[in-house]
Amino acid sequence: MVNTSRRTLLAGAAGAAAAVALRPFAAVAQAPLRIEITDGVIEPMPIAIPVFVPDTPESAELARSVTQVVVQDLVNTGLFREIPASAHIGRITNLDAPVQFSDWRAINAQALLTGAARESGGSVAVRFRLWDVAAQAPVGEGLQFDGPRDAWRRMGHKVADAVYSRLTGEGGYFDSRVAYVAESGPKSARRKQLAVMDQDGANPRVLTDGSNIVLAPRFSASGQQILYTSYQGGQPNVVLMDVASGSSRILNAINGMAFAPRFAPDGRRAIYSASQGSATNLFTIDLGSGAISQLTRSATIDTAPSYSPDGSQIVFESDRGGTQQLYVMSAGGGDARRISFGEGRYATPVWSPRGDLVAFTKMVGGRFHIGVMRLDGSGEKLLTASYLDEGPTWAPNGRVIMFYRESPGETGGPQLHSVDVTGRNLRQIPTQGFASDPSWSGLLS
Amino acid sequence: MKITTAGALVALSLLAAGCSGSGGAGYGDDGFGMGSGYAGGDGMGPGGGAGGFGAGGADGIYQSYLPGTNISDRVLFAVDQSTLSPEAIAIIDQQVAWLRQNPGLPINIEGHADERGTREYNIALSARRAAAVRNHMVASGIPDSRISTTPYGRERPVATCPSESCWSQNRRAVTVVTGGAGV
Repeated sequence: MVNTSRRTLLAGAAGAAAAVALRPFAAVAQAPLRIEITDGVIEPMPIAIPVFVPDTPESAELARSVTQVVVQDLVNTGLFREIPASAHIGRITNLDAPVQFSDWRAINAQALLTGAARESGGSVAVRFRLWDVAAQAPVGEGLQFDGPRDAWRRMGHKVADAVYSRLTGEGGYFDSRVAYVAESGPKSARRKQLAVMDQDGANPRVLTDGSNIVLAPRFSASGQQILYTSYQGGQPNVVLMDVASGSSRILNAINGMAFAPRFAPDGRRAIYSASQGSATNLFTIDLGSGAISQLTRSATIDTAPSYSPDGSQIVFESDRGGTQQLYVMSAGGGDARRISFGEGRYATPVWSPRGDLVAFTKMVGGRFHIGVMRLDGSGEKLLTASYLDEGPTWAPNGRVIMFYRESPGETGGPQLHSVDVTGRNLRQIPTQGFASDPSWSGLLS
Repeated sequence: MKITTAGALVALSLLAAGCSGSGGAGYGDDGFGMGSGYAGGDGMGPGGGAGGFGAGGADGIYQSYLPGTNISDRVLFAVDQSTLSPEAIAIIDQQVAWLRQNPGLPINIEGHADERGTREYNIALSARRAAAVRNHMVASGIPDSRISTTPYGRERPVATCPSESCWSQNRRAVTVVTGGAGV
């Protein structure tokens, strides 16, 4: 595992104080530098991110690469506009030297991110400072991240998370991973492999050999385990895999025909659905003892469950009312309350990590949509539309949803996309081939 | 690789019901009309087997048979339904008669769904379709112990065009003989 340490850059405050002291008029009280994430159209905040200063000549490539990760993370949110280096007047050659704010003001930068990187032995250190150009003041303290060489991208993500967090007031989400299904081969005999990657598509790693159909993985909150559906043994089974070792075991050896597993928030239990005859019901399994308990006893289809962040409730889909609709019930089972009432069919509900919304797949009029609604069913909003959009998963901060979009026909296939919960900023996530069924981890520690 | 059927893949050109001519991508609320498009027995050839599926073009009817017969190995379903149509019951009754004549052979009923539903729901839906065939067979006297089922959801389509002419063929339950390769 990667352990990235952080510590405050004590020198930051002193440098900033000196810079500000030279321009006392600039300290006029004004609104703090802040991006409000709302439903309205947002003018991206202009930010200057000069290439991080290499502490040694050997660190130059690292400094460039880390800067690139930070820029991509921030720009891809749609909330920031990078002012290209070719427009820069000022030059940052020493992270601890006073900033000439007039140089950055002249190019209309509202925020300035300065940083430095050092590579020595097998380890790297990345530190940064964030500046409010108009106020000529630091935004938060300078921070340093230390870690092994192969974790350099994570340090870039951590810098971007800190910047995003300070300027939006929201938690970050860049230092996180995604489990998904890598797909290849003809549509009629698709080869499907469990895979993981960084949230931006970097560092993909395939975890299964493709000899069995695998579906719909779910990351544990820590990102260390994955639950998924596998046809190993000839039937859909629920499998638990340890990501680091790659070792896995079937959880439902007795039941057979089990699928759609999800972790409970505490990571100690899982919920899944199992088909017996023509009925499909929800079950939980204690991951330690293997004890199984049945939650629903319908003659219909109950599947695609998702726990509330506090683990007390479950949202799931059922066709008990005739067609697929969303229901909420206590985590212990019992009466379920229908929450979807719009036109069409509703499926794959996923409870937001903030607890405020459920994301879902909606099928209506021959189109598929990713949408969100509140847990009482109000405020339904469709974010996407295509021939086949499915499988929403939440970013750790509950502000972005990843899903897959499958193009039609013989040569069609799925690709991962993300969209803001506001419906803006639809983007394709780069993968080597077709990819489906994304599951976003929590923030890595 | 288990031996499945001796039937051949028959890909008839469906000029009138091709992808572009089936009325758009809307959810048919009753897409079963294509069920009458079975190729029948005249296209049966030697060999073939399950391995031949999926290689064909977007247009065509995919059909195979119980080993050494012209009895269809599959029945089709309406959109989001698992009810057996009269055509489906007629086919299953032929399958039952054949199973009675070949009492030693175990079978697996593969349930499938089209790509116009969500992935996990479709697994459950295809389980329900396989169960519908199984229940009819058991009610007709075939021992339950001879029958297993596998719900494939929408993971193994036989036809891949984005229109009802293909979706209707994917909403299927296929009876696969899992033993007795020497039939």
